[in-house]
Amino acid sequence: MDQDYSTMRFPASINSLPAVTAFVEGKAAAAGVMPAKLPGLCLAVEEAFVNICTYAFSGHEGQVEFICFSTPDAFVLEIMDSGPEFDMLSVPRPDTSVEMEQREAGGLGVYFIRHFTDHSDWRRENNKNILRLTMDLDDGTSHPKET
Amino acid sequence: MNIQTRQAGRATVIAVFGKVDAMTAPAFETSVSDLIAEGQLCLAIDLGGVEYISSAGLRVILAAAKALKAKDGMLLLANARGPVQEVFEISGFGSVFNLYDSVEAALETAG
Repeated sequence: MDQDYSTMRFPASINSLPAVTAFVEGKAAAAGVMPAKLPGLCLAVEEAFVNICTYAFSGHEGQVEFICFSTPDAFVLEIMDSGPEFDMLSVPRPDTSVEMEQREAGGLGVYFIRHFTDHSDWRRENNKNILRLTMDLDDGTSHPKET
Repeated sequence: MNIQTRQAGRATVIAVFGKVDAMTAPAFETSVSDLIAEGQLCLAIDLGGVEYISSAGLRVILAAAKALKAKDGMLLLANARGPVQEVFEISGFGSVFNLYDSVEAALETAG
């Protein structure tokens, strides 16, 4: 199993999104993440990256660093930014049961991150927010977990 | 992302193709909001060509549905498949919106 770390930095801009998802999708596929799980991973990565561009940098210039590596059982992606301390995973789960008039789109992105990855956690280290997303290298028969 | 619109009776069918993500959602929003501003009260969005939709796309659909409802109009969604259908289901939008298996079925509702 490939134990190499792959690192890439992208400008904290929505315009970087195609390059970001292409980078992660390529590394995940090479690591052995099942093809059926790749769209969900790309969705989780988009939601995380857009969240960082919007809230960590608020339109200011900055860089977001992506680090990928594999363990025998999983593909691991760490997304790092130097914005103010913020754990996006602490955003409450949206109430998905209310009528349309009361529905808000906020919070859905983080909900998707939790749903479409096998594990997600956040830590603050060296003045950086580090979001870690993990995809199990299983046989593809398991369904994304309930969130 | 590519968008094609056509008139079908009193409904306007908006066929969307490709990825509806944070980059393309603004163009999607412009297309939909322009139609509403022109006075279209029944929009049927054909999702059959959509390979991917994120929360940015859902936000556009939610805003359009609210705008149409405020004008006694309606938003119909058709042909959600695979990952797109899963996104609708887990977000709860599947129970909030009228989802149809085909554009034809959606248009029957529009009358």
